[in-house]
Amino acid sequence: MAEITLDQIIQPENLVYTKSRIMTDTVLHYCPGCGHGTAHRLLAEVIEELDLQADTIGVAPVGCSVLMYNYMDVDMQEAAHGRAPALATAIKRLMPEKFVFTYQGDGDLAAIGTAETIHACNRGENITILFINNGIYGMTGGQMAPTTLPDMKASTCPYGRDVRMMGNPLKITDIVATLPGSYYVTRQSVHTPGNVRKAKKAIRKAVEYQKRNQGTCFVEIVSNCNSGWKMTPADANQWLEENMLPFYPLGDLKVPEE
Amino acid sequence: MGELRLMKGNEAVAEAAIRAGADGYFGYPITPQSEVMEYLMAEKPHERTGMVVLQAESELAAINMVYGGAACGKKVMTSSSSPGISLMQEGISYIAGAELPCLLVNVVRGGPGLGTIQPAQSDYFQAVKGGGHGDYRLITLAPASVQEMSDFVKLGFELAFKYRNPVMILSDGAIGQMMEKVELFDPVPRSKEILPWATTGKTPDRERNIITSLDLDPKRQEDFNLKLQKKYGEIEEKEVRYEKIQCDDAEYLFVAYGTSSRVVQKAVQLARSRGIKVGLFRPITLWPFPSKEIFAMTGQVKGILSVEMSAGQMVEDIRLAVKGKIKVDYYGRMGGIIPTPDEVVEMLEKKIIGG
Amino acid sequence: MAKVRGAIVVDTERCKGCELCVGACPTDVIGMEEEVNSKGYHYAYMKNPEACTGCVNCAIICPDGVISVYRVKTS
Ligand SMILES: Cc1ncc(C[n+]2csc(CCOP(=O)(O)OP(=O)(O)O)c2C)c(N)n1
Ligand code: SF4
Ligand code: SF4
Ligand code: SF4
Repeated sequence: MAEITLDQIIQPENLVYTKSRIMTDTVLHYCPGCGHGTAHRLLAEVIEELDLQADTIGVAPVGCSVLMYNYMDVDMQEAAHGRAPALATAIKRLMPEKFVFTYQGDGDLAAIGTAETIHACNRGENITILFINNGIYGMTGGQMAPTTLPDMKASTCPYGRDVRMMGNPLKITDIVATLPGSYYVTRQSVHTPGNVRKAKKAIRKAVEYQKRNQGTCFVEIVSNCNSGWKMTPADANQWLEENMLPFYPLGDLKVPEE
Repeated sequence: MGELRLMKGNEAVAEAAIRAGADGYFGYPITPQSEVMEYLMAEKPHERTGMVVLQAESELAAINMVYGGAACGKKVMTSSSSPGISLMQEGISYIAGAELPCLLVNVVRGGPGLGTIQPAQSDYFQAVKGGGHGDYRLITLAPASVQEMSDFVKLGFELAFKYRNPVMILSDGAIGQMMEKVELFDPVPRSKEILPWATTGKTPDRERNIITSLDLDPKRQEDFNLKLQKKYGEIEEKEVRYEKIQCDDAEYLFVAYGTSSRVVQKAVQLARSRGIKVGLFRPITLWPFPSKEIFAMTGQVKGILSVEMSAGQMVEDIRLAVKGKIKVDYYGRMGGIIPTPDEVVEMLEKKIIGG
Repeated sequence: MAKVRGAIVVDTERCKGCELCVGACPTDVIGMEEEVNSKGYHYAYMKNPEACTGCVNCAIICPDGVISVYRVKTS
């Protein structure tokens, strides 16, 4: 039998994977290898698969992902640093039939926006929160975040985070899971293909569950910031596995009782 | 004739919000305006009209809820008093920068800092000169009665949507707390219209809608600012509102708004009983400020006394308006003290007539 | 015997050369081109196309979503 040629394989009917149509053609401004792009893509795929484009309103606040609205072909609002859950609260309450999500960094969600995060989740707002934990302030150039690990270096803790002086990293997802208003809380990562697959399943649940009106769905994605960490993307993902994951273990923290 | 009721100013704001067809109110308690949310909650507007009322965790959250709702093209509002409005400033700047309509009510109390819960007019600069960062303006309405507290809710929403700009009702603790007879306007139903710019879900017939104040390109950011300035110019052209009381034969002029203007109205009677021909010019819009109309008075009156419950804020705008043509001075009280008509007449005699 | 053959197409202009796809490929299909694209990034290509099974690992790890994957079953 004759060998099949590449040209014969690369035919529309054989396409098994391509970028979601919910992603626009705009080139992402993220650094090479940055997990933000992967997380955007998973959310876009879920919105496409569940046919939610016409129902989606997203909120992305200040942080590296502030320009998310350039990449997602859905209606979006840009929020002040930390305030996305407040915007989302109002959007969802005023238009309960819509799918409303926020997409927030760790500085945003767990430092300046802690109150909005905790209270939205505690009120049980029917919104979906995607929380990108890269242990650092990416946008402003790699300063210490509330999630920066003990002894981890950042530009405002150049000798490593001394927890006695600078305080401890905050596991806000664990707190969210204890709140009566949260419905589904999980921690995922996107640093290997296997983890990407799991993260997508989690995001899909967090989107689907919103229809149940049972409370806040919260997905933390432990991610990289190779620029802030000053590593190659591959090294950053390796470092993430060896250092971030022991401190921020992956898995579900709260699942709905079926 | 609409329904007549005896109400507090703050209650009138709340009732007017429901009647104006507001979609949402988001607030945080602070004296002297907590009755706004208390009245709303007691009225169950979710049953009356479907209006959403939510007590936020802070003014910071409240103003950002207003942002989120306004970005959906909904009629949304908040109310607070001075310290709370200070906390909201970043959000107000974002709302102005994203060109969103909304209504903000500031029932002013004395400051700085925690200050006092008594009435004041010391947030004039904050309301009309910016407050938050960047070059933006709030259309600022100054009610002088409980009736106007109600009427300006409706007017405020109309102006906010007409210009896609935040509107502030700059009231004070005295008007918020005082009981007066109000003629309530007839209720209008909540709007079902989907505004073309609003984030309501991208349907196949249109491009996605993005609500943002961000543009990193200097040229585009400057162009956007120029567009805003053009809009503000149009508002200055068309939306100036004021009231003139006994100005026809006036040789002297008081300028005062809100609670001060009520005191000054009595001072006008008192002064006239003593043979002083003085009138009251009451700005209703503090921004846009009735500069041209005040300048027009300079051919007639010999001097102006600005009466304010502050250290003298509006007087700066009056001085700019009269361009040095006549004498302008200020008299005011602070710390929650309302000036008396006697004091005001005495100061007119001392600072303007005698001075 | 049925055999699965795959192929990838990289949008080379949008590739940022992060090399995450290289490490994600179980069959060592992907290499980085010596040439650079107009942004100055070396871009991914199939250096070993016969080994591709169309498993999509590379495509789902790619942060920039620039890889499309095709797959056929041959017998
Ligand atoms: C009120 C306010 N304070 C500070 C900033 C500056 N700022 C912008 S983004 C950011 C940190 C973002 O970090 P994070 O939320 O972790 O997101 P990342 O960039 O890492 O994705 C800061 C401090 C701001 N825009 N607004
Ligand atoms: S700075 Fe960090 S978080 Fe921001 S785009 Fe670059 S790698 Fe990603
Ligand atoms: S589809 Fe699978 S086998 Fe083919 S290049 Fe990508 S990772 Fe390698
Ligand atoms: S993962 Fe994507 S962006 Fe990175 S090198 Fe591969 S194809 Fe290029």
